[in-house]
Amino acid sequence: MSNKFIPHTEDDLRVMLERIGVDCVDALYADVPQEVIFQGEYDIPSAMSEVELRKHFKELGKKNSQLTVFAGGGVYDHYSPSAVAHLLGRSEFYTAYTPYQPEISQGTLQYIFEYQTMIAELTGMEASNASMYDGATATAEAMFMMVNSARKKNRVLISATVSPRVAEVVKTYAKFHGVALDVLPEKDGVTDLSLLDAELAKGDVAGLIVPKPNKYGIIEDLTGVADKLHAAKGFLTMNCDPSTLAVLRTPAGWGADIACGDGQTLGMPMEFGGPYLGFLACGSGMLRKMPGRVVGATKDADGKRCYVLTLQAREQHIRRQKATSNICSNQSLMALYATIYVALMGKEGLKEVNKLACDGAHYLCDALVKSGKFQIAFDKPFLKEFTLKTDLDVKALNKKLLANGIMGPLDLGDGLVEFAVTEKRTKEEIDQLITLILEA
Amino acid sequence: MKTYDKLIFELSRPGRKGYELPADQYATDGLAAIPADMLRKEPLDLPEVSEGDVVRHYTNLSNKNFGVDTGFYPLGSCTMKYNPKINEEVAAMAEFANVHPLQDPESVQGALEVYYNLQQALAALAGFAEFTLNPYAGAHGELTGLMVMRQYHISRGDTKRTKVIVPDSAHGTNPASAMVAGLEVVEVKSRPNGSIDLEDLKPLLDDTVAGIMMTNPNTLGMFETEIVEIAKLVHEAGGLLYYDGANLNPLLGKVRPGDMGFDIMHINLHKTFSTPHGGGGPGSGPVGVAAHLVDFLPNPRVKKGEDGKFYVEFGDKSLGSVSTFFGNFGVMLKAYAYILSLGKENIKNVGPMATLNANYIKESLKDDYLLPIQGVCKHEFVFDGLKDKSTGVTTLNVAKRLLDYGFHAPTIYFPLLFHESMMIEPTETESLETLDEFIDVMHKVAKEARENPQAVIDAPLTTPVRHLDETGAALHPILTYKALKANA
Repeated sequence: MSNKFIPHTEDDLRVMLERIGVDCVDALYADVPQEVIFQGEYDIPSAMSEVELRKHFKELGKKNSQLTVFAGGGVYDHYSPSAVAHLLGRSEFYTAYTPYQPEISQGTLQYIFEYQTMIAELTGMEASNASMYDGATATAEAMFMMVNSARKKNRVLISATVSPRVAEVVKTYAKFHGVALDVLPEKDGVTDLSLLDAELAKGDVAGLIVPKPNKYGIIEDLTGVADKLHAAKGFLTMNCDPSTLAVLRTPAGWGADIACGDGQTLGMPMEFGGPYLGFLACGSGMLRKMPGRVVGATKDADGKRCYVLTLQAREQHIRRQKATSNICSNQSLMALYATIYVALMGKEGLKEVNKLACDGAHYLCDALVKSGKFQIAFDKPFLKEFTLKTDLDVKALNKKLLANGIMGPLDLGDGLVEFAVTEKRTKEEIDQLITLILEA
Repeated sequence: MKTYDKLIFELSRPGRKGYELPADQYATDGLAAIPADMLRKEPLDLPEVSEGDVVRHYTNLSNKNFGVDTGFYPLGSCTMKYNPKINEEVAAMAEFANVHPLQDPESVQGALEVYYNLQQALAALAGFAEFTLNPYAGAHGELTGLMVMRQYHISRGDTKRTKVIVPDSAHGTNPASAMVAGLEVVEVKSRPNGSIDLEDLKPLLDDTVAGIMMTNPNTLGMFETEIVEIAKLVHEAGGLLYYDGANLNPLLGKVRPGDMGFDIMHINLHKTFSTPHGGGGPGSGPVGVAAHLVDFLPNPRVKKGEDGKFYVEFGDKSLGSVSTFFGNFGVMLKAYAYILSLGKENIKNVGPMATLNANYIKESLKDDYLLPIQGVCKHEFVFDGLKDKSTGVTTLNVAKRLLDYGFHAPTIYFPLLFHESMMIEPTETESLETLDEFIDVMHKVAKEARENPQAVIDAPLTTPVRHLDETGAALHPILTYKALKANA
């Protein structure tokens, strides 16, 4: 029986079976109907030694191309300081469970408290939860929060400029849960706010979901939107890129009630789509409608400052079907990732990250437009991601770039292409990209 | 250093920094092109600390944590097995970490192959046709599985099936997931041993029932011996059976959920397949379905072409999407490494050895702890507190005393069927010596409860903090450093 993960020797088995009072391990399954006992052999590979396993994954890894990335679409190739991964490798963090026993989980509980503080600071909101699965599911939860907070209103508007991958998840959640989700159309690359008044006049809108930046990379002007929603007794949710909030006007600054989005931009590896985290923050008025784990500060019997999971009366293990959500975990280790990243980059580093990315993106955009092969699609402000129009064969262009080790722009269809630049891209890389494109 | 109690914000000094970025080589000032009204006006109050400060701070915090690598973690229903180190190495490989999810499929064949092969392996191990690996966690898997269930009925025009039957002993996520999926929960009573009462079940099975959610073994660790009959009844009534894979571990090597008649299930990769719990996540909750349900699985799906190449598909019968991309891919790498490490030769020992360990503890402690359900258990079992109820020592007291002795506590006060539930799950990765140490300590605590109950009631005495004011925390929530300062 013994194997490097299963320590039972033949002697152990004898001692244990005797204590239990059965003569073989199979006897422990005597209550299972014979017809459901699996008699065959599993159709999976044979055991590999660590030497073979490492080789196997190296082979698999070779079938992936590590590219110089000039695309985003919600995932960006940001720089992450070496110390982050090293600290994440401490197994006291990663082999722990949810901090149900606070006496021996103060490490986890304190970093979540620090994480909540940082998210609140970035978004300008009063409260953040301990994180959720990803930005899309956090946005779906924000939709539920708005419906649960608005009296007897069950319709939510989502801007057509929200990333299609986020919108698809929100749509799925709405469909099954029974929320009427309608798309507020776009015009000239931004939410068509001229249609908002008419929608609100119907009196059934619980809230609106808008992106920042939007699916084209545009920073939309949301002047007056929150006031309109609030006058109609509705709420505003802003799905945003947390990294950019170091320099962009905060969701709270725009009057939003809920801020949510994906934490990947806080230095997380792209890792083929995850794990990242979803963040969710709100004002104190909505706190008890917020789903997910929340950590609060308190004191122990000796007066020491400490941290506990709190407001659990909202959660599924207490409330069952009356809970605010079914979520019963967070992306805790990724919250630690974000916390350490933000601690290292700090007040000035996050601003510098955005400045470098923004300068690089404008440099690339200017060069491409100047070439005459690309036109500005929408003349609107952007930070690190932007959309251009082109007559070039986008598929062929991206094939060529791929052959040169570059992930080219996202193909949005209709000749629209979307580029992204992060602080990790050098001027030389951008110049090489420009050269390759202009040869096309 | 367990007395360390600073917050990162308290280490901050103006002008200090923990990063270095390349110089800005662009003549362009991008931010100047953004209207001032759209820029941040508030100061950005984030830490200003050196790299050394940060490393020492979080290392000190880690010392205040207890993980599987620290000691025995018999947390019932959570399957806290050992997390192999090679899994971490594989997931951190640059060849996987530096891959963008929207890259041309041609350039991510390795990642797609891992996804595809893992879903195939899970299908083989669980007896289903296909898995989606997109759900991020167990509860997310439940939600996705229930969406599959509803999508199936909707696709048949059978729209009145809006109820789902859930045993009263179920994990709290079951009814909560049903609520989110827009289903109405109907509770079916458990017998004293936690199994479903068929006589209670039968009248519930009408044409408004979408299906039933079950764990097997149930939350008391007992196998539902009438599962074949239950499956027959539910199917005859037009419903589907959902298997909550939280308790899959004891079946690995012995029983495949698909063979018991289940139509849909989720697996917690962070339980059965050894990926670390990460202090609460990231986990992964793959959902498997029988052949007639594969078209309803969430998008995107990863498929293998006849040419051996892998591709991504968005199906039009799909229930929609539940994740931005392909789920927690990093977690999948770890689970796949685990399956390959054990292989078909060793994986079949997982369930039996987990079951052996649980029964060994149960038989060794039933003289001091009240065992409400007799008989062979599977991977876990439940005590209803100390046998001697005269001491005033509760399950909570015992749990806290275990912390003093260097063990994590069992799951306590769940399931709700008993007042003093103490749910113990040792997993297969623990040695006889570890189990014996735990058994000795449990006996010692029982003895203390008889002879000096106050010592147990006052526990823990040796942890970094003790007897935390949880009520105060909930009454006056302090959720940020800013609020903490304001309340000081």
